[in-house]
Amino acid sequence: MTAYVIRRIWQMIPTILGVILLIFILFNWVGGDPAQVLAGKISNPDQIANIRKQLGVDQPYWYQLWVFVKQVFTFDFGRSWSTNELVSHIILTRVGPTLTVMLPCLAITSTLAVLFAVMVAYVRGTVTDRGIMIVCTVAMSVSFLVYIIVFQWLFGFVLGWFPVQGWSESFWKNLTYYAPLPIMLAVFVGLAPELRLYRSFFLDEINQDYVRTARAKGVPEKKVMLKHVMRNALIPILTNLAILLPGIFVGSFLLEVFFSIPGLGREVVTAVNRSDFPVIKAVTVYLAIITMIINLLVDVLYKLVDPRVSFK
Amino acid sequence: MSAILTSPPAARPHESPGLWMLAWRRLRHDRVGMLSLAIVVFFLGLMAASYFGLVASDWSKEKGVSYANPSFLAGQENLEARNMAERRAAVKAPPVDLSDVDPLAPRYKEWAERAAKIAVTEVKRSETLPFGGDKWGRDVLKKAIKGSEVSIFVGLASALLATFIGTVLGAFAGYWGGKVNDLLEWFYNIFTSIPYILLILAFAAVATATGKFGKGIVPIVLILSLTGWTGIYRLIRAEYIKHCNREYVKAAQAIGASNASRMFHHILPNVSHVALVQLSQYTVGFIKAEVILSFLGFGVPVDMVSWGTMLAEAQNELVIGKWWQLAAAGASMAVLVTAFSLLTDSLRDALDPKLK
Repeated sequence: MTAYVIRRIWQMIPTILGVILLIFILFNWVGGDPAQVLAGKISNPDQIANIRKQLGVDQPYWYQLWVFVKQVFTFDFGRSWSTNELVSHIILTRVGPTLTVMLPCLAITSTLAVLFAVMVAYVRGTVTDRGIMIVCTVAMSVSFLVYIIVFQWLFGFVLGWFPVQGWSESFWKNLTYYAPLPIMLAVFVGLAPELRLYRSFFLDEINQDYVRTARAKGVPEKKVMLKHVMRNALIPILTNLAILLPGIFVGSFLLEVFFSIPGLGREVVTAVNRSDFPVIKAVTVYLAIITMIINLLVDVLYKLVDPRVSFK
Repeated sequence: MSAILTSPPAARPHESPGLWMLAWRRLRHDRVGMLSLAIVVFFLGLMAASYFGLVASDWSKEKGVSYANPSFLAGQENLEARNMAERRAAVKAPPVDLSDVDPLAPRYKEWAERAAKIAVTEVKRSETLPFGGDKWGRDVLKKAIKGSEVSIFVGLASALLATFIGTVLGAFAGYWGGKVNDLLEWFYNIFTSIPYILLILAFAAVATATGKFGKGIVPIVLILSLTGWTGIYRLIRAEYIKHCNREYVKAAQAIGASNASRMFHHILPNVSHVALVQLSQYTVGFIKAEVILSFLGFGVPVDMVSWGTMLAEAQNELVIGKWWQLAAAGASMAVLVTAFSLLTDSLRDALDPKLK
């Protein structure tokens, strides 16, 4: 076990270095010299030279790469190019609002999706099942943008049940007043694809031998579904949740943009608009590292959940 | 026995059907699949017709009044158009007479003569359009057709490019194994350890800041395909690992087929159905992604119309009760994407009946 974890961490090093290299090539080599962009259209050569010097892009590439690696491991990405705010401060203050929306959303969506999937799998092959699957396919085909625009207009503007947009300082007010509509939207949109996927996981298990055995010895169908099938289907479901988990840090950037939630996703979109490279670089690298750590934790958890998995 | 073997087979009346023929036969019996195929073909035809200027070539003409009502809502009041008309009328009203203080007053007559020589044709703007008009009075229906051209083209082009990259890399990794595989797996790990949306936004940031990715729709096609190749790479690699030790490949080696020939001439046709299903799935995903990126302003340039830019305009129109642009863009996209998703499922069933 310990040996396995150590080996996995050892294997993460080339990937982390690769991510750093990819981001470096993208922003420092392809992105090259953003001084022109930042100085604006009316600028004299002195000003551009000055900005270049300030940003360090006049240094040779190997030096820039060294600076970047140092930044990653000291958590010090300097200041934002457009607002001069410390990048570390930006990230730390924006994570809170994003998680306020995304954690409840992930919890509600997965719970509902698993419940509905069991029910749909229970009535598999019937008209209800086919009908729900068609509704899911159609619901998945409508753009997220359309849902946001219509829901915000309907529930915020016409019916007035929720604020159209906004955010406050207090966590409770955010969670109970500003967050419900975005959470509801995200749940509504996330439900259809997850339900479809989890239904297929349940159907995969239903045809297994152990299910037939359970039925043969007279276990009622409901108990077969909820006890035998559910436990085994939870393994691929957990894998899927692990894939979704790193995504909650960027949140649904569209929701944050529409509802003016000062989260990490909106910050990244703003940074892309302003060519604010340090912010994007920092968020990308750290989220990649977080993703790798979550994947490792999930693999270790597997062993605890499923004794058939062996550490190799 | 030997007689049977040596005698040349008589003219075969029935050639045994190949994979594609069988798949087509299966697909033909799939009613949902055929209907989706028809819808997808219809949209592709629309895209081609729009590209060659057969339909909607005059989408940018301002034919109607501002926010012209759809024909079926002809009687509804249109405040925006009335305001606009009033403003125009106000401009036409004779200006205040300043001739006693204006030093240029003696030239008024000359100007009036010159102005009279320029023929101004007042275009009568229609009150209604088939599916309503946008802020500038352009026909929403034609706009949606033109928008579908851009959106579908971007989706298809990036899906083709991503499938190409993924297939070639997957073929190399699966066929050669060893060091090549390690290197490509390293690439794969790097790309997949960054959350997908962040990867897209990082590429978009560089593309918008430097303009090095080209002009027009080229940047978004490059962004989507350079970030999206990983899924198909993994599948094709697995297929190649499975196939490269099969007997037909050994036989090809025995008759002297080169590595390249074995990879792309012998194995590729046998895994191409996987690539086709993925291509179809990618197209759906990329059409959706294009709409969102264009909405945020990182997609197609502002002078082009796509479903995404239409939705961006429609966002503020809903509040003043003009819902038709949102409906046109949203519905045409929903119909195409639904059909494409169902077609993908049918294709998968038809090409790989074992999976069902």
